[in-house]
Amino acid sequence: MEKRVIFDGKLLPYALLLPQLLVTLIFFYWPAAQTVWQSFLIQDAFGLSTEFVWLENYTTLFANPDYYRSMLTTLVFSGLVAGFSLAIALMLAVQADKQIKGASAYKTFLIWPYAVAPAVAGVLWLFMFQPSLGLVAQAIRSLGFEWNPLLNSNHAMTLVVMAATWKQISYNFLFFLAGLQSIPKSVIEAAAIDGARPARRFWTIIFPLLSPTTFFLLVVNIVYVFFDTFGIIDATTGGGPAKGTETLVYKLFSDGRLGGDLGGSAAQSVILMILVIGLTAIQFRYVERKVQY
Amino acid sequence: MFDRRIVIAAVAAMTLSAVPAAAQTEIQWWHAMTGANNDVVVKLAEEFNASQREFRVVPTYKGSYPDTMNAGIAAFRANNAPHILQVFEVGTATMMAARGAIKPVYQLMAEANEPFDPKAYLPAVAGYYSTSRGEMLSFPFNSSSSVMWYNKDAFRRAGLNPDQPPKTWPDLFEAAKRLRAAGFDKCGFSSAWITWLNLEQFSVWHNVPLASRANGIDGFDTELRFNSPLHVRHLQNLVELQRDNTFSYSGRTNTGEGRFTSGECPIMLTSSGFYGNVRANAKFEWANAPMPYYPDVAGAPQNSTLGGASLWVMGGKSAAEYRGVARFLTFLSSVERQAKLHTDSGYLPITTAAYEQVKASGFYRANPYLETPILELTNKPPTENSRGLRLGNMVQMRDVWAEEMEAALNGQKTAQAALDAAVSRGNVMLRQFERTVSR
Repeated sequence: MEKRVIFDGKLLPYALLLPQLLVTLIFFYWPAAQTVWQSFLIQDAFGLSTEFVWLENYTTLFANPDYYRSMLTTLVFSGLVAGFSLAIALMLAVQADKQIKGASAYKTFLIWPYAVAPAVAGVLWLFMFQPSLGLVAQAIRSLGFEWNPLLNSNHAMTLVVMAATWKQISYNFLFFLAGLQSIPKSVIEAAAIDGARPARRFWTIIFPLLSPTTFFLLVVNIVYVFFDTFGIIDATTGGGPAKGTETLVYKLFSDGRLGGDLGGSAAQSVILMILVIGLTAIQFRYVERKVQY
Repeated sequence: MFDRRIVIAAVAAMTLSAVPAAAQTEIQWWHAMTGANNDVVVKLAEEFNASQREFRVVPTYKGSYPDTMNAGIAAFRANNAPHILQVFEVGTATMMAARGAIKPVYQLMAEANEPFDPKAYLPAVAGYYSTSRGEMLSFPFNSSSSVMWYNKDAFRRAGLNPDQPPKTWPDLFEAAKRLRAAGFDKCGFSSAWITWLNLEQFSVWHNVPLASRANGIDGFDTELRFNSPLHVRHLQNLVELQRDNTFSYSGRTNTGEGRFTSGECPIMLTSSGFYGNVRANAKFEWANAPMPYYPDVAGAPQNSTLGGASLWVMGGKSAAEYRGVARFLTFLSSVERQAKLHTDSGYLPITTAAYEQVKASGFYRANPYLETPILELTNKPPTENSRGLRLGNMVQMRDVWAEEMEAALNGQKTAQAALDAAVSRGNVMLRQFERTVSR
């Protein structure tokens, strides 16, 4: 027999929800609706002449081979960034969770990069790896390796993946650490007494118990790489060389901002939104089954 | 502790500045000038404000050139555009096409009864910002051109004559090879602004079209023309020289200019506006010279065209405000002010009178490097192919061209295929632009 508290009145719950609903409406639904509307228009940059063109922006986009290339680039980039930043953050969190001297200092340092703005992070990495002036680049070159992200797509991709990963590790680290600290010590101690080695303890106890955290971070990281990385790409490679690092979100950003092509850019936003909603749905439908709450 | 007198003085100053001077009309001026050039902007505004009581110019820094332009466009859409917007030269076509958004300068000056003679400006400067009928639409503010900077000490080290810089591309390639052999093995020569130097200025300097319809000046139905044998030959040369670092790519913008001042690249093709930076940071003896040309091209070298930016007056303001803007532009065009702007910042003097005055003062004997871009601009009377460039969507189009040049330089495409792709992709963008403006 479950006890439930039932409040009278219809007004209070809605009144309590109202601020949150307003924020969501004003800052999400309203701009999203505007984007959808904008994607049916062709406009000059100043908004002086507007033509309603139905789906022309979309057909133009899907007739453009560069758009598919940009999708492929996005897949490679997102897979690498999400994979690396989750794996490295988990490794660091496990190490920081141990009983060591100065653990709190390590934790603080690991969380710091999250406070760095994407564009600044991009510039930092650019300075280190800039072929002629960068310290790291000079070290690589002195080893006889021709490091040149300005012309070599793979080098450029390496650079943006490193910068975007570094930026995201802190966030993931924070959640993993919290997840680890909520795992009861007694379970792990019992396993240790039974003679399970650290690696086995990790994979059979810790990792499964962390799965809700891991799943949450997977969803958040996918959203991050799809939406939040254009600042980093803009600051490091500008999508180059020869479109080698042009992801969907960067293409959208440069078409809208530099090209003044608001209709095409809005159409790309809508497609990106659908893609990410789809990806998130898939994750909740199939990946979440493996999660043990 | 603070000195009480200072506190009192500060409070007094605040109170005084908070009292509005007899109903001054404010003129908003958005710009993209940083560092020393920002100081120049602030000083100009202060001088103008001190020179009269009716108007007050308020300069605001809005970020890089593209950022400033976007800020102006966004502000116009929200009905609070500034009175004056500084737009870089590649934004010219976009601004010109926005007929309802701008107030043409020639019209502004006529309506405000301010003296204004487009013929007073250097033809290369006036031509860039005027319609084909000679109506000046924006006010040239900071103009530069592209030159070849070279490291004299490096020349000596390679056994080259530091007072005889290479005049032609073949000479430059030869010099770069010798520099490479003399220890500059990472970079014999390089170029900032890869498309501006190697497509845009390259076409103008050789008197070949970058695009039809006088590079877009005569109409929006312009088509790109830079996949000619001459253009392909030049890119092909760069691709071949890139293999052993005789030429070394430095990126799409001017972020690679530091390779010259650090001594890594002994020759750097870039803007004449690089002057201040070189003067401050180069630890070697340096000089600049006109851009190289291919000697077998008839009529080369022709004349160069502008870089830098001009001031656009935004539409929809009151007559009183426009009077103020016109007064300010007149103030900016005075010969003394132009001459001083030129000698302070290294940007070009834009009126013939200012140039003559600086020349007569003997300034160029001590600073020959500030005259190089002017000599390039005025080398010959402008032709169809060298009046200027006016292509819509140019900001993004440059990225598209650079992408294709990169594809050639890293071996993904041949020079011909890369330029063909750059032309056809650029044409698509030009047609889209034409569609939004011709309605």
